[in-house]
Amino acid sequence: MAAHNLKHALFCAIITLVISYPILGFNLESEGTSIILEGAGATTILGVLLAAVIVFLFQLFRDSVMGSLRQLPAINPLANRKPMEQSKRLRLESTLLTLMIIGALIWPFLASRGAVDLATLVLIYIMLALGLNVVVGLAGLLDLGYVAFYAVGAYTFALLSQYYGVSFWFALPIGALLAALFGLVLGFPVLRLRGDYLAIVTLGFGEIIRILLNNMTSLTGGPNGIGGIPDPTLFGMEFGRRVKEEGNTSFHETFGIAYSGEHKVIFLYLIALVLAVITAVAIRRLMRMPVGRAWEALREDEIAAKSLGLSRTAVKLSAFTIGAFFAGFAGTVFASKQGFISPESFVFLESAIILAIVVLGGMGSQMGVILAAIAVTILPELAREFSEYRMLIFGAAMVLMMVWRPQGLMPMRRIHIELKRQE
Amino acid sequence: MLEVQNLSMRFGGLLAVDQVSLDVQEHEIVAIIGPNGAGKTTVFNCMSGFYKPTGGKILFEGREIQGKPDYRISRLGLVRTFQHVRLFSRMTVVENLLVAQHRHLNTNLLSGILKTPNYREKEQKSLDRAAYWLDRVGLTDMANRDAGNLAYGQQRRLEIARCMVTEPRLLMLDEPAAGLNPAETKDLNQLIISLKEDYNVSVVLIEHDMSLVMDISDRINVINQGRPLATGTPDEIRRNDDVIKAYLGEA
Ligand SMILES: Nc1ncnc2c1ncn2[C@@H]1O[C@H](COP(=O)(O)OP(=O)(O)OP(=O)(O)O)[C@@H](O)[C@H]1O
Ligand SMILES: [Mg+2]
Repeated sequence: MAAHNLKHALFCAIITLVISYPILGFNLESEGTSIILEGAGATTILGVLLAAVIVFLFQLFRDSVMGSLRQLPAINPLANRKPMEQSKRLRLESTLLTLMIIGALIWPFLASRGAVDLATLVLIYIMLALGLNVVVGLAGLLDLGYVAFYAVGAYTFALLSQYYGVSFWFALPIGALLAALFGLVLGFPVLRLRGDYLAIVTLGFGEIIRILLNNMTSLTGGPNGIGGIPDPTLFGMEFGRRVKEEGNTSFHETFGIAYSGEHKVIFLYLIALVLAVITAVAIRRLMRMPVGRAWEALREDEIAAKSLGLSRTAVKLSAFTIGAFFAGFAGTVFASKQGFISPESFVFLESAIILAIVVLGGMGSQMGVILAAIAVTILPELAREFSEYRMLIFGAAMVLMMVWRPQGLMPMRRIHIELKRQE
Repeated sequence: MLEVQNLSMRFGGLLAVDQVSLDVQEHEIVAIIGPNGAGKTTVFNCMSGFYKPTGGKILFEGREIQGKPDYRISRLGLVRTFQHVRLFSRMTVVENLLVAQHRHLNTNLLSGILKTPNYREKEQKSLDRAAYWLDRVGLTDMANRDAGNLAYGQQRRLEIARCMVTEPRLLMLDEPAAGLNPAETKDLNQLIISLKEDYNVSVVLIEHDMSLVMDISDRINVINQGRPLATGTPDEIRRNDDVIKAYLGEA
């Protein structure tokens, strides 16, 4: 056992050296027109050696290290308590939610502009994650191309406003419906696929949409993107300093207050908040309806579901369509918030982050997904100094979560249903 | 009401079912028996639309149903259980019963999201139906447990209840007594008879437990190596030489 550990640890340490020395140990320096290879400084070499030693020690004592990691839940005082009674829990949850929403309504008037802007982004991610939760968490369909529907929503608004001068409020339902239509159409070819195969094909779809947007230069502007996307208006009132569209009035003049760029940011935040709440409530209802139960039934056992008269086609397509619909919502808000979009915003990494939010939060659990969306969006901003190591920290956090709490932050709780007793 | 004519099913070189015919009348319990690997489950799979038979006809209430997709057949009122229990194990017991009633709750999305009175009324009806059948199979106390955590016998009963809430015309049970203890088998015996007597459901039954089969069946079909061997009342089957030979030969 010990000998085996030693051998394994040595092997891992050598691999560490082999991988990191060529990457970190050499620098390319340009000298005039030619490029020469230079050895890195002593500190870097020391760092690489230190890393190898750490890997060696970790692998050597791996069992005891992982063992103590597994003890962690025992330290958590909340780990083994009895589950709360359902009625009490629901009441607590709904008061907490109401307080959260009231807080979220007041908060932007007290916070800084940057913070409100970030919070809008958080809300967009909440919408995306709640939508993907339908597809992955409930219906169990691993979709790696979800960002495509987000892009459809965003580009719908951008193109409609550019070519037809359509306003945000018109574009919002159109964007969502068009994204839903894409969900439906892309759903057809993958009906028979499951698991890994489905993941790969959806990944491909996501990339196809992005590459199309990149290459249809005459329509979408290609990599240059589309700018000048208008802000939302409030009953025909614009939030800019000067009115851009004829027939509109400006917000600050109507109310006789001084112009402030913050009005617009706060207004967008409030729109995102309302849409996120609508998304959460609608999906919550869907989960308790026949469609929602059908999604879960199909995830649990496809053959049994079909034997009870559920059509696999209808159930899967409804999950794809409804998930895409909310991504379209989020995309429209995103386009309006940024004012400028390009295919850069819809790379695979986005799909991965949204999926990570769903997994971290706990598949199928709305509260968990909301918390995870907040954590995943805000933490990198707080740790700005480490921005180079963002992905590294992200990856490490994922690994730790999977070891410590594989079911996610707040795993889905099944709702108890009271039945009338039979006499 | 159900008529299977010269049903054949070929898997590559293997003729798993060869010219099997059987019929089920209203208000009747028909058993299919035969040694392991005889092709009984395959007959079920053809009847319920899981396989497209390579030959023969299946008529349900006068309509040809062979080769129709499985979910359509079950919507006609021809519902089955599985040899290896198939529940939605991470959903609760009630939810398992609610999933099955999706057709009674067939409302549009918006009325559900907005909880219109019409929707609520239908929802309450499905809950009541679920409660009724849970009581009927003795699972009321388990209503909010995850189906996967039930004891084996309870899972079997839940699977039957899940079929019954769809209000089927014909129920196909694939080895419902497998893995049950004698007391549970006795309850099952009564339950199946009551399905026929009180709910007017016809039953097709695959079963290895001979005392159960002989006790409740109106007629029995024996299959051996994919081919029909005998058919008749329990008494006739008990005395049939071919059947005795097939079973003794196997043992
Ligand atoms: N999908 C399939 N592909 C290939 N062969 C199959 C398939 N399904 C069943 N068979 C074969 O058909 C034959 C009949 O199988 P079947 O499951 O119908 O038997 P059975 O009578 O239900 O047996 P048991 O009493 O053990 O359940 C077996 O030889 C089996 O291996
Ligand atoms: Mg079988």
